[in-house]
Amino acid sequence: MSFFCDSYPIVDKKALGEGIYSYTLKCPEVAENAHIGQFVQIKAEGYMLRRPISICSVDKENGTMRLVFEVRGKGTDKISELNKGDLMDVIAPLGNGFTVPAKKDGRVIVVGGGIGTPPLLDIAKMYGDRCTAILGFRSFDKVILDKDYSLAGANVIVCTDDGSTGVHGTIAQPLADELAKGDVAAIYACGPTPMLKAVVAAAKQAGVYSEVSLEQRMGCGVGACVVCACTVIRDGEEKVLRVCKDGPVFSGEEVVL
Amino acid sequence: MSFKPDISVDVCGKHFKNPVIAASGAYGFGEDYTDLYPLSALGGISCKGTTLNKKDGNIPPRIAETPSGILNSVGLQNPGVDRFINYYLPRLRTQDTVVIANIAGAVIDDYIAVAEKLDATDVDMIELNISCPNVKQGGATWGVTCEGAASVTRAVRNATKKPVIVKLTPNVTNITEIAKAVEAEGADSVSLINTLLGMRIDIRTRRPILHNNVGGLSGPAVFPVAVRMVWQVANAVKIPVIGMGGIATAEDAIEMMMAGASAVQMGTAIFNDPYAPIKVCEGMEKFLAEQKIEKISDIVGTVKPW
Repeated sequence: MSFFCDSYPIVDKKALGEGIYSYTLKCPEVAENAHIGQFVQIKAEGYMLRRPISICSVDKENGTMRLVFEVRGKGTDKISELNKGDLMDVIAPLGNGFTVPAKKDGRVIVVGGGIGTPPLLDIAKMYGDRCTAILGFRSFDKVILDKDYSLAGANVIVCTDDGSTGVHGTIAQPLADELAKGDVAAIYACGPTPMLKAVVAAAKQAGVYSEVSLEQRMGCGVGACVVCACTVIRDGEEKVLRVCKDGPVFSGEEVVL
Repeated sequence: MSFKPDISVDVCGKHFKNPVIAASGAYGFGEDYTDLYPLSALGGISCKGTTLNKKDGNIPPRIAETPSGILNSVGLQNPGVDRFINYYLPRLRTQDTVVIANIAGAVIDDYIAVAEKLDATDVDMIELNISCPNVKQGGATWGVTCEGAASVTRAVRNATKKPVIVKLTPNVTNITEIAKAVEAEGADSVSLINTLLGMRIDIRTRRPILHNNVGGLSGPAVFPVAVRMVWQVANAVKIPVIGMGGIATAEDAIEMMMAGASAVQMGTAIFNDPYAPIKVCEGMEKFLAEQKIEKISDIVGTVKPW
């Protein structure tokens, strides 16, 4: 595994919704080395800290990487001012991604919540119709990437908190229904902590392997500053690890949420 | 006339190929940036603050962004001195750079035990952390009084023959008094400044952003404070001063050295630009060439106060 720190040209920029942007960078060396579920640290001009953003999709053949992020504050707002043709300064690819393909045969379930939806897309591309994507959002206007998941061949179930589109409610019921169908090799999830808790609990109950991608305020992003701590139970012992370098993906069995 | 300027420095009998040292806490144990450039590009590394036993640190969030800086409250998370000696130090020794162990403790006996263990190793220098603002016991509580700073320095001085650098906290009324107190107890050098105690509050939740409520401020925001304190301390003691606090560019590093620093440490700037230490070295060489100065050490303490 190796990472790079450089400025790469933006070859595509799209607004996916209010304050949500999709950027595609031409970065062959990063694309070549990237694994599903890794992230990048983007420099926001004028701000001390880079912003950690998960990799949405990688096209190794064309040497491109797609990033999807939501404007959450001044830093991400600054990054979103970048346009096609500009350079984006990133440290990438970082961290450990998802264990894919799953170690067992069978189909997989990906569960994405809001802006946690992007990093799971390439799992759908890998598994096609053997992937069920359960995607949760606040309301219909917040839905992103559902068409990308469909295009990848996945069975897509959209849930909204207010019922304005798709299933009314959280991902919990659709997830339970999918697990009941059996033959699930693994569940991969990214999203808010309550959602991850629900996914891990459901996976444990069903005896299915699960992995979750965590979010935490970061400093360096490469493991040096030990700012982005999280706790896991490993070998019966509580261990404090780094989200950036030991994660951001952890197994549902050992992560303490 | 063209010449290759010499940016190497000697501090406490140790030769640094350049005056840029990675600051403790910002660079782990030197293994995290090697994808980008070898550790040997740095003059030295001050390793993550190490305690007698492993520490898990504070509950996150441990970092908050501030104008031109960051607040952190890691709380000395580290694997303990034995792991440092048995695992990290041998790996660090294969790199051509000066290795400084940064040590911390809750009670004096902790400092002594860690220093004794390190004395039996081939680590180059020991930096005494009596200034960490993020732990409830020990840390900065030693560094805010002359008596406390002197007693830890005396204890560690007696426990090791290695050069001892005492890292000072800026959260005191008069930093020169503390510097003089540790010099009197046999410190070989002082490094400053550690972070300035700060706080940020999320106005929607009315919660401090850091779970520890308060944390240490670093980054360019603290640079002028650091320059002032380095200048004051350099004029108050005879031992070499290592300057740090918000250095991001070659100009900053040169300014710090003119204020009296024999070498500099960089931390927060590396998060923003991992190549910052290398750019600082390149910028120093360029400055020396332009100014026709042969050695970087010739600029140390050359500020001409009004």
